[in-house]
Amino acid sequence: MTPIEWLAVILIAGGVFFSLVAVVGIIRLPDLYARAHATSKSDTLGTILSLAGVALLLGTNVTVAKTVFLLLFMLITNPTAAHAITRAAYDQDIAPWTTEEGDS
Amino acid sequence: MMEAFSTLDTLLLGAAMVIVIFAIGLLYRVAEGPTMEDRVIAINGVGTNTVVVLALLAVALDQPGFLDIAIVYAMLNFLASIAISKFIVERGGVL
Repeated sequence: MTPIEWLAVILIAGGVFFSLVAVVGIIRLPDLYARAHATSKSDTLGTILSLAGVALLLGTNVTVAKTVFLLLFMLITNPTAAHAITRAAYDQDIAPWTTEEGDS
Repeated sequence: MMEAFSTLDTLLLGAAMVIVIFAIGLLYRVAEGPTMEDRVIAINGVGTNTVVVLALLAVALDQPGFLDIAIVYAMLNFLASIAISKFIVERGGVL
């Protein structure tokens, strides 16, 4: 494999790792707001790393432009969607998770 | 007939398989999630994972057309999240 392909494989491995972080966060965190935090940051980073690896592998075609557009689109819309859902939950008076009464 | 995959294609298919397993893990939160918003966020994560799997398969199987499907899927995913969040608020939490 060429050095470019090794770099792409390393990027995709990083993307898979951050996707794993997002999945563990969504399954194990205690609260809707904490889960939105996991999905809006870790999942976006994992997606961007994986798509950057794919864009490196595609060489120089018009498909690279499509992949870069997809990357930028995910970068903008994924946190926006999480924010919209979380704001809807806040408008609906879903209480955030806290520790015991009175403890800071 | 199975054609022989190169090492790089095997790695990409393995990564795609792992991400599909992550999406199946997210389905736990879809089934379990106490509120509607938990489910919407988990479904959003499943859609994001699907986009990544489609992009990886476009390279591994050498089918650039999968990238167009990935773009449309990303747009639909975003639109669904926004629409459901609006719908939940305006209907006062009927969903």
